[in-house]
Amino acid sequence: MSDSAIIHAEQLVKTYKLGDEPVHALDAVSLDIARGELVAIMGASGSGKSTLLNVLGCLDRPTSGRYLLAGRDVSQLERSELAEVRNQLLGFVFQSFNLLPRTSAVENVELPLVYAGLAKSERRARARAALERVGLGDRLQHRPAQLSGGQQQRVAIARALVNRPQLILADEPTGNLDSKTSTSIMALLQELWRDGQTVLFVTHEPDVAQFASRVIVMRDGRIISDDQQTPRLAAASVRAA
Amino acid sequence: MRVFQTFALALRALLLNKTRSLLTTLGIVIGVASVISMIGVGDGARARVQSLFSAMGTNMLIVLSGSTSSGGVMGGFGSMPTLTWEDLSAIQSQAPAVRVAAAVANARVTLVAEEANWTTAIVGTSPEYFDIRSWQPQQGTLFSVDDVTSAARYIVLGRTAADKLFGSGVNPVGRSLRLRSMPFQVLGVLARKGQSPMGSDYDDVAIVPMSTFQRRIQGGLHKYVPGVIMVSARDQPSTARAAREITGILRDRHHIEHAAEDDFSIRNLSEMAEAQQQGTKALTGLLAAVAVVSLLVGGIGIMNIMLVSVTERTREIGLRMAVGAKPWHVLSQFLVEAMTLAMAGGVVGIGLGIGGARLVASKLGWTFGTRLDSILLAFGFSALVGVIFGLYPARKASRLEPIDALRYE
Repeated sequence: MSDSAIIHAEQLVKTYKLGDEPVHALDAVSLDIARGELVAIMGASGSGKSTLLNVLGCLDRPTSGRYLLAGRDVSQLERSELAEVRNQLLGFVFQSFNLLPRTSAVENVELPLVYAGLAKSERRARARAALERVGLGDRLQHRPAQLSGGQQQRVAIARALVNRPQLILADEPTGNLDSKTSTSIMALLQELWRDGQTVLFVTHEPDVAQFASRVIVMRDGRIISDDQQTPRLAAASVRAA
Repeated sequence: MRVFQTFALALRALLLNKTRSLLTTLGIVIGVASVISMIGVGDGARARVQSLFSAMGTNMLIVLSGSTSSGGVMGGFGSMPTLTWEDLSAIQSQAPAVRVAAAVANARVTLVAEEANWTTAIVGTSPEYFDIRSWQPQQGTLFSVDDVTSAARYIVLGRTAADKLFGSGVNPVGRSLRLRSMPFQVLGVLARKGQSPMGSDYDDVAIVPMSTFQRRIQGGLHKYVPGVIMVSARDQPSTARAAREITGILRDRHHIEHAAEDDFSIRNLSEMAEAQQQGTKALTGLLAAVAVVSLLVGGIGIMNIMLVSVTERTREIGLRMAVGAKPWHVLSQFLVEAMTLAMAGGVVGIGLGIGGARLVASKLGWTFGTRLDSILLAFGFSALVGVIFGLYPARKASRLEPIDALRYE
């Protein structure tokens, strides 16, 4: 394991009980991801790609295996400790945005900093900077319902960025968006990646996976291919898509 | 997250569902309002009873003489004199639980002043009487033991009698009036005492030394005490002991056989007052218990709505956990929300309860004091209801797995 590895996973197993039948959502997955990669995890539904993302994102604990995140073993931490890890090291982007309704964009972005215990003025300044970074500096007080899908996902990305995470995890970030908006969201993620941010996203669309620097394909809870590639550059980000 | 922030968050979440929050709070509002008003009304009733009985006299016993029996017709207590002056001094000196005792005789006479006359109750007694009834002079002085010995023609008036005879606003001290054509000098006027529990006026009275009363108003055998003996015990708990001591002394002095009946009777006013107090207390307790039940029902309403809220906001909980909320954060968020609901209801309920108790008190003509401790109690209790009934939904929320909560549809 090199110093540059952000993720080092060994023999991760996740087993669910479906009735009496045990289902191996992850079947001994080992994986290393270095800092500065833009990784796409692909696979059909039920391939275990989302489970892998959830385990890597500390939202779920593996049944067995060892997982080092930024050099720290997080596979057997308590719920509170996992919450702290998510708060300090990770940023999440979801398919359905998951913004708090009836809450302004800037307050949505502030949320991770609230749990980090930052003072209000500091929170506000950092949330504003993050929204400016994703091109929504003029939409601070808008509520989710007043924003388009692409704008909502940008707010979500700003929220993932605001705590300066080591790793951004995105679960089908373009799944609810049309293809043009999808491209602009991918362009934004590429922009962050070029600035040195490590990004890991799950998708089932080969078109979207083209934008990654590395593509991991899963089937039946196992990695069946893992290739570096030259990412296709997404069209220059359409700022207020 | 700081406490203030948590409360602000809770308030905001509750204001998003104004109608629902309002209806949920209603149960607590009604519960707290009824607790406050019931305690207030109960206190008012108790104070009323207390003031009625303390106007009669403090820790008071009344000793009545026996009954005549004429051709099978019993005359009732007090109709046959059996209490002697020696009995009185024995009660005064031999009963340790007795503080003071005085003979009190009653009659009705017409008093004639220069410009008016007035028929009133006249009392013949000794200076201890004023002590037993804790009655102070408002103007002038009271008569002394020497005045009793010398059968002086001094008179002390109640406020009503003084006003009727001399006009209100006039100081009658030193003026003279006539009683059965004999001149009496007004020595003092007593402070106002108000109504008796039966509705008669305590202040419509005139008081003269016992010896004067016996000589000038009521003849009869001077061996016996005319009227009754009023006794004041050392303190409230010793009234029953004083009654036992007096019974012992009198039976002994009257040579009453073991099985024979008393030729006197003792009324313990203090015990009557106590019984009244107990009655009011029991009633207050009962009403308060009903009120507490309604507060609990209000609490269940809060729990219900918090459970709905947790279910509705499962995805929000998942998201908060994903971005770093610890189980403790989620727990406190929902707990504080439940508490805020309950305490808001508590504040409104306290206002309504005070208003309600005042209304009842004013209708019944009672004095009403809002006790700070009952307000704090009701407020604390409503917060407690919030915690207790908020705990289950809040725990349920905090125990969600972030991944399950995020996936919840």
